[in-house]
Amino acid sequence: MRPALTPTSRWSLLLRGAVIAWMLLLVVLPLVALAIHGLRSGVPFFWAAITEPQAKDAVALTLWTALLISLINAVLGTATAWLITRYRFRGRRLLATLIDLPLAIPTLVTGIMLVVLFGPMSPLGAWFEGHGIYVAFHSPIIVLALGFVTLPFSVRMVQPVLADMDRAEEEAAASLGASRLVTFLRIIWPSIGPAVLGGALQTFARAMAEFGSIVVVSGNVPHETLTAPVYIYGQVESGDSHGAAAVALALVTLSLLVTLFSKLMVRWGVRRHA
Amino acid sequence: MPDLAASSKRPPPWALRILVLTYLTIFLFAPLLALGVESFREGALSLWQGITEPESLLALRNSFLLAAIAVVLNVLFGIAAGLVIARQRFWGRALLDGLIEVPLALSPVMVGLAFILIFGRTGWLGPWLSQFGVRVIFSFPGLIIATLFVTVPFTAREVIHVLSEIGEEEEMAATTLGASRWQTFWHVTLPNMRGALSCGISLTAARALGEFGAVLIMGGAITGSTHTATTWIFTAVDERNNGAALGLSLVLGLCSVALLLLVEKLRARAHERR
Repeated sequence: MRPALTPTSRWSLLLRGAVIAWMLLLVVLPLVALAIHGLRSGVPFFWAAITEPQAKDAVALTLWTALLISLINAVLGTATAWLITRYRFRGRRLLATLIDLPLAIPTLVTGIMLVVLFGPMSPLGAWFEGHGIYVAFHSPIIVLALGFVTLPFSVRMVQPVLADMDRAEEEAAASLGASRLVTFLRIIWPSIGPAVLGGALQTFARAMAEFGSIVVVSGNVPHETLTAPVYIYGQVESGDSHGAAAVALALVTLSLLVTLFSKLMVRWGVRRHA
Repeated sequence: MPDLAASSKRPPPWALRILVLTYLTIFLFAPLLALGVESFREGALSLWQGITEPESLLALRNSFLLAAIAVVLNVLFGIAAGLVIARQRFWGRALLDGLIEVPLALSPVMVGLAFILIFGRTGWLGPWLSQFGVRVIFSFPGLIIATLFVTVPFTAREVIHVLSEIGEEEEMAATTLGASRWQTFWHVTLPNMRGALSCGISLTAARALGEFGAVLIMGGAITGSTHTATTWIFTAVDERNNGAALGLSLVLGLCSVALLLLVEKLRARAHERR
């Protein structure tokens, strides 16, 4: 007798067809539409659309803010994971739950939170402005928004690796007289490195895509605080879906590559670990 | 939590505590607290009036309806995807598995744009569909498609993961004992999926309620018709309607926190059982 679902049964073929059809219609078709529209008028047009000054500045802003928050998360997210896995303290579980919150909170609500916190009407915003520091409607608030929505990624990527690590190696290194720096570089970093990098890449891809929180906090001034996703939104609203498709295609390609690389990183880390 | 055994009983060093606390305060705690404080200052009456405005009620109804539709369709798709990807062997299976996670890497704005290119007035299917009086963009079907796209990964991923972990032995045993394919599915496979499905449902609902960019572009945020909770908050901020903006932000925030806590509880229970 055959196991329940063998590839030869008619039902399983039907099921497979249905799953593939659903994915083709819902996920592949839109990607194809972006690719075809982005490249419809040829590569020169595609290039012109993404190097148009407003588009270029928007892409540049998106890339550097995403890079900055990836670095911040890589360092401080790893420190947070370290604190949670290596020590016991009151409120540890609560902290672990709070770190996941940004995964569930709508990004637009994140934007509202930041406007309330740093807007010109708020005490904190007014205080900063009094000292010549502009947060709301300037680039710092973009980084703050990205920080909120990407906060779980690095912590969650590094945490399981740290938790699974064999402490004996570290203790052996320490008892053989290795300094803490040497122990970290030679014993700890080789284990957690791929996870730290994977988390940073995941942060980068997510940050590049962020829209909801940024559109309400950044002021969206072209060449200054207009990020690429908000630029695309503006182009769609003004009816230029052609140029928007070119910029979108460039960003989608980059973010799919980054995501793929982050997955490979994690798999590589797991294999080396095992 | 699996890492309890690894954590030491030492209290964490002060430098690490202060570092992590500063990081989490700036990027996570302060914004969360700000929303709470500002809502309190706005006053319960104003919030209640904001939430019970006709437009708010319509937006909330749309959002919850979309979440319900996304949950039902994703449960069906999740079960099918689990059976196909975790139980069948065929060429292109890894690609299909990867495609399911693609929506996580895409900016919602690009999703909206891609569907405009397909269903818009000059899109591939738009003119053809309008012959039959079917309108996708700027109407409820558009909202459904946008929500389905962004929620595709959540249930399917959970089910695939659980089915691969459990393995096929139980199902083979049932078949060997003479159970029909349907009986095996109903009495063995489906009960094994139950935890994954509940997690998937909560994650899907949270993602659907929070979706903003794609539904903004596809629905057009039309008063009295295609507003969702998030697009109505966006409009309310523009109109300086603080009661509605804060009130709905609070409703969405609390819903997402509740759904997240539910997921953590379900995960912890699944972990204990294993």
